[in-house]
Amino acid sequence: MEKPLVAIEDLHVTFRLRNRTVEAVRGVSLTMGKEKIGIVGESGSGKSVTGRALLGLTPPAGEVRAKKLEFDGQDLRGLDPAGWRALRGRRMAMVMQDPKFSLNPVMTVGQQIAEAYVTHVRASKAEAREKSLAVLEAVRIRDPQRVYDLYPHEVSGGMGQRAMIAMMLVAEPELLIADEPTSALDVTVQMQVLSILDDLVSRRGMGLIFVSHDLDLVAAFCDRVLVMYGGRVVETLKASELASARHPYTRGLLDCVPRLDRAQRELPVLNRDAAWLEGR
Amino acid sequence: MSGGLQAWLLDEAPGSRGQARAGAFYRGWLAFRQNGLAMVGLSIVLGLVFVAIFAPLLAPYGPSAQDLDFRLNPPSARHWLGTDELGRDILSRIIWGSRITLGIVLLVVVTVAPVGLAVGTLAGYFGGWVDAVLMRITDVFLAFPRLILALALVAALKPGIENAVLAIALTTWPPYARLARAETLVVRKADYIAAVQAQGASGLRIVLRHVAPMCVSSTIVRMTLDMAGIILTAAGLGFLGLGAQPPSPEWGAMISSGRRFLLDQWWVATMPGIAIFVVSLGFNLLGDGLRDVLDPKRD
Amino acid sequence: MILSVENLGVEFVGLRAVDSARFAVRRGESYGLVGESGSGKSTVLRALAGLIDNWTGSIRFDGRDLSGKRDRTFYRRVQMVFQDPYGSLHPRQTIDRALAEPLAIHGMDRREERIEKALEEVGLGHGFRFRYPHQLSGGQRQRVAIARALIVEPEMLLLDEPTSALDVSIQAEVLNLLDALRRRRNLTFVMVSHNLAVVAHMCARLAVMNRGRIVEEMDTASLRAGSARDPYTQRLMAASRGYDRALAESFRAFD
Repeated sequence: MEKPLVAIEDLHVTFRLRNRTVEAVRGVSLTMGKEKIGIVGESGSGKSVTGRALLGLTPPAGEVRAKKLEFDGQDLRGLDPAGWRALRGRRMAMVMQDPKFSLNPVMTVGQQIAEAYVTHVRASKAEAREKSLAVLEAVRIRDPQRVYDLYPHEVSGGMGQRAMIAMMLVAEPELLIADEPTSALDVTVQMQVLSILDDLVSRRGMGLIFVSHDLDLVAAFCDRVLVMYGGRVVETLKASELASARHPYTRGLLDCVPRLDRAQRELPVLNRDAAWLEGR
Repeated sequence: MSGGLQAWLLDEAPGSRGQARAGAFYRGWLAFRQNGLAMVGLSIVLGLVFVAIFAPLLAPYGPSAQDLDFRLNPPSARHWLGTDELGRDILSRIIWGSRITLGIVLLVVVTVAPVGLAVGTLAGYFGGWVDAVLMRITDVFLAFPRLILALALVAALKPGIENAVLAIALTTWPPYARLARAETLVVRKADYIAAVQAQGASGLRIVLRHVAPMCVSSTIVRMTLDMAGIILTAAGLGFLGLGAQPPSPEWGAMISSGRRFLLDQWWVATMPGIAIFVVSLGFNLLGDGLRDVLDPKRD
Repeated sequence: MILSVENLGVEFVGLRAVDSARFAVRRGESYGLVGESGSGKSTVLRALAGLIDNWTGSIRFDGRDLSGKRDRTFYRRVQMVFQDPYGSLHPRQTIDRALAEPLAIHGMDRREERIEKALEEVGLGHGFRFRYPHQLSGGQRQRVAIARALIVEPEMLLLDEPTSALDVSIQAEVLNLLDALRRRRNLTFVMVSHNLAVVAHMCARLAVMNRGRIVEEMDTASLRAGSARDPYTQRLMAASRGYDRALAESFRAFD
């Protein structure tokens, strides 16, 4: 078997606050190759913290411990800032929820993409520009020449998010972590962005970790789904087998969403069981 | 005992309005306490207040008690900080002078903060012509150079600490109005303001009860940080002979009269200078600490 | 008809945010406005609530025309719940204060009793009364916002995406609460959402908005039955069913 792209074993992330400590992630394990993995959970489940720990983006107040935290065979534990810089952006990248906050408002979209490229790859200005236009085209922006010279406030949310993805992809990373990449977008735009991600992952042979609160969406989009609750993975499923989820939390999440194909007077609510916190 | 009180203050579910307020205050205090330098600043400011209140008890001599046999004496056991040209004890004068400094501080606070806050929030919230009129007035005041205005006031009225404070107050409030206006422009777009608007609250009620409280903390912080400048200006006016008049033990005036002896009797001008320095530093440190605790952007 | 909107238009500098919208809502009914961002749905709601005043056309509430300055009674009879429970509560006021304010504005009596009752009604106990918003979760805050709206005994609630900022399990609780309250108090709802399924769950009738215009109005049953005629509505329906490769391809043409 080939070397896994990501290998996490017993990951813990602990935050020290003024008068207490919070265990945001408690023993998450994950081994993945070039596939689409979904991490689903509600706010506070530790899903985003898990993604960020893998990128070394845990805030200073947080402490990351793991039996194993590897990317392409390289141990990420205790990696120094220079080591992280060599990985981040170049070999693994992240797309966040709101493009408005992730793009620099005083640089044009194209400049930012080009800069991301030259930061990681030795290239001339002209090469960087060419590469940027190509990647804008890859995220299906119809007129890359025009969009290249637009400032972030001049583009729509959907286009901004695509530009963001273009920026993350320009250096051709092997792993993309997408943290609620479509939650701020309209459903129809969401579809487009997802299909772009879908394409890129399958065409470039990238690994994707898709962090989301939307179980249905993740199941339709990913190969495997990790359901997190209270910092633990309560259930791991093949996306196609979502309907046969067994854990009451997963079932509860599926049931409490209003659906167009069934009318019901009252929505079932989730009765949280303390045992779930123990990962049962 | 402290355990019970602390638990009461930190109760996640307070039982009364008072407890909620006390709890919020205590949490702020806990955060403030972490900042060592800010605690130093607070101690200095509290020290100033203490000294001003108990001046008659603390000062070994009266502020104008002359002892002509001991003129221009260096610091000694009898006069810890020495004496000036009339044989007055400098320590006692600095202690009594703290009352004047504190007085200036309080007068400026009570005049500047409310005016600046009111003008800024009203202009920012109502916009349109209210904004235009109020902000142009602010600009006019902003254009006055502080010392020139003080000179004019003093020439038109008479030299004295009251007119110095008046001059300081007239030239200090405009930045507060601008600050409050800028904050109001952000706050008024917030949903919680839209929520009270949708309940039919009057504009004045919204400004007073909902907008102004959001601007108060930055005003307090700015005020504390400005305090050093205000004390220095007052001292500067005293130094120029435009503020407090002799024999008042105002620190700036003391430096002014000690200037003549600076080379041979250094302590006459230096000791009040140190007092000004320490108090200004105290206010600045306090302001920095308060900014960290009160900044609304923190949460 | 408790509410009737005719030919409503709202223009912001150079942008026609709402264009000749018309709909009417019966007393006790729950009516939905669905659309994506920029469709003008929230602007309609804000015009109804009196938060913007540069609208044109006619809005009538309980027979009374709402152009010009509205009297205080209107602001008591019609209440609004906002999308973001983190932004709609004053960060420096306790829950107690937030609930007391509308009572003070409308000069209502028995304030103590009303505050306690309102908290209880939305499923928050006395223990929440003197907390600050930052001590509450998103769902709890939204309950407070609902309590604040209900405390003055309104007849109509304007709901602006009341659950879109909440986790789905909390969304279910809040939607159940709203629905129960509407039945118990015979309230009229006008609910705005980008989520077709949420609106279908809550409302009997709905209008779909796109680029400032109402493109289609229908009842929920026909929506569920898939008898939407307008292509935009159909697209929205399809997208609401979840991610589908082929479907995403078909959207490319729209951009």
